[in-house]
Amino acid sequence: MSDRIFGVFGILLAIGFALSAMAIEESFLSDAVGPKAFPLIIAAILGLSSLFILLRPDEEPSWPSLGRFAEVAGAIVVMILYAEFLPVAGFVIATAVAAAYLSWRLGSSVLSALATGVGTSVGIYVVFHLILGLSLARGPFGF
Amino acid sequence: MDTLSQLADGFAIALTWQNLLLALLGCFLGTVMGALPGLGPSNGVAILIPLAFTMGLGATPSLILLTSVYYGAMYGGRISSILLNIPGDEPAMMTCLDGHPMARKGMAGEALSLSGVASFVGAFLATWGLILLAPQLVKIALLFGPAEYFALFALAFMTLGGVSSTNQAKSAFAAALGLGLATIGVDTQTGVPRFTFGEVHLYDGLDFLVAIVGLFALSEVFIFLEERHGSAEADAHQLKVGRLTPPLSMLKQCTPTMLRTSLLGFIAGVLPGAGASLGSFISYSMEKRLVDKEGTFGTGDPRAVAAPEAGNNAAAGGALVPMLALGVPGSGTTAVLLAVLLSLNITPGPLLFANNPDVVWGLIAALFIANFMLLAMNIPMVGLFTRLLLIPPRILMPIVAMVSFVGIYGISGSSFDLLVMIGFGIMGWVLRKLDVPLVPIILGTLLGNAMENNLRRAITIDNGNWWTLIESPLSIALWVVAIVGFVLPLLIGRKVKAQMHERRDQEGAISD
Repeated sequence: MSDRIFGVFGILLAIGFALSAMAIEESFLSDAVGPKAFPLIIAAILGLSSLFILLRPDEEPSWPSLGRFAEVAGAIVVMILYAEFLPVAGFVIATAVAAAYLSWRLGSSVLSALATGVGTSVGIYVVFHLILGLSLARGPFGF
Repeated sequence: MDTLSQLADGFAIALTWQNLLLALLGCFLGTVMGALPGLGPSNGVAILIPLAFTMGLGATPSLILLTSVYYGAMYGGRISSILLNIPGDEPAMMTCLDGHPMARKGMAGEALSLSGVASFVGAFLATWGLILLAPQLVKIALLFGPAEYFALFALAFMTLGGVSSTNQAKSAFAAALGLGLATIGVDTQTGVPRFTFGEVHLYDGLDFLVAIVGLFALSEVFIFLEERHGSAEADAHQLKVGRLTPPLSMLKQCTPTMLRTSLLGFIAGVLPGAGASLGSFISYSMEKRLVDKEGTFGTGDPRAVAAPEAGNNAAAGGALVPMLALGVPGSGTTAVLLAVLLSLNITPGPLLFANNPDVVWGLIAALFIANFMLLAMNIPMVGLFTRLLLIPPRILMPIVAMVSFVGIYGISGSSFDLLVMIGFGIMGWVLRKLDVPLVPIILGTLLGNAMENNLRRAITIDNGNWWTLIESPLSIALWVVAIVGFVLPLLIGRKVKAQMHERRDQEGAISD
């Protein structure tokens, strides 16, 4: 069933890709092929292979239970928040929080997760910023 | 003689303190990444690329660092195969078959040192193969026009799925997806924006480094979260190593095996789409046919440990040949290395050998040096790496995720790229669940623009005649190989693949 849904999604993706390829505005100074042809070929391959996946699906993959699914979703949310708040909170704080969260969800106890988070964050800061001179996001406290 | 003098020049470049230090660092990090289950060669190189850039390394030093990681990971993969029966990376899965039984018999030290020697033999011979074969391939490649290049790219994509995936439709999907992603951004020939939907960040196109790190490294973090095996796979009591030198009789017994499988692995590596996993697989199968008279393979036969290790390391060297000489990588990790070259504004292919001989020969010399370093690291110091296996993923994975973020942020300093990377991570996770191979996607995003440009150039030169693509005998030959490479696995590939995929789990979506 997963593969059938995937196939339908792929065909829709191919149609969408083809439609937006058609909508590309051609420049008056174009080569013989133009900017549309290659994307249209790609869309055709995308559509055909999706059709095959739809018609001849593989065995069902082992999807995680709802709880595990929420786990992955939670990590994604934390990572998005990390990306958004990195310039605001500064590297060290944001990274410590995100790494501690991931470590906690992977099964560390709260204390050792905090230690992992702070250790990762400070470790990366020392190695990459202080030693290697990489510029990291600066927060309100300058780190 | 010409080759030798160029090689000598290469050594002059590689033998600086900075480059030696980078090679040492690369070998160490590579072995660690290879040994830790969950971090394969492509992951390892992917995470380190952005760092190599932000450290401001030049072309040769970056390549030396990253190819040392690549070779190192190939060495390191065997450690957890032998000690834990869990392949540290995909090519090492064949080593589990006999390496772990050997360790059970109390010969873990012998197995580790023997496989270290076998890795060395394979990699050393393959580096010589690279020196001899790559310039010849360059001579052929100089005959290529745009139409032939287009056919060559098609060949790379069509053969890639042959071995690495169980479903040709899915690898075709992956390739098309990658090529489609590459078309995002301003069209290089006419200057019109394509698929940007008005988002200014997309005008430059997607940065393929962002795609690679997201697809490989972040999706791995998600897989670990989903399965929540946060504790180390290793038990301390399993990790008794014992003596660290293989008996001479064992070495002698294995020498013919190592030589044969090095050659076989090298050839498997050079072939497009095959890579190191196939190298170790066919090496093992061939040796089983040839020397396994008493049926000892599978019960801890030393020859069966040497065969896949020599084969996979030789294939790793072999896979560099098409990447350097033609600019078309044959495996996942060489695709990532191609990304390094492209980001450094170096176009691999025949012109690389003419325009940047310092890069090519410096790299080759560094490979030799790295090999000796790895031999030294992997035999006397193997105990150190076995200890690293005790690091649990609940500590390792957050570090991997954060280093990925740091690397990408260090390049662009934009949150937008981080969001794109998370998007790729999610996509990689879903696609891996659905058993869609990730390597064609990477290859597509890397080669998409070159492929399209060659197509358009070929047709424009011939005034809009599409038949020009199959006019020269060379391009017809390439198309024939491409079509055979695509169709053949459909007919006979099922059996081989079923055998190869028997022993792998989801980690297999990142094939090498």
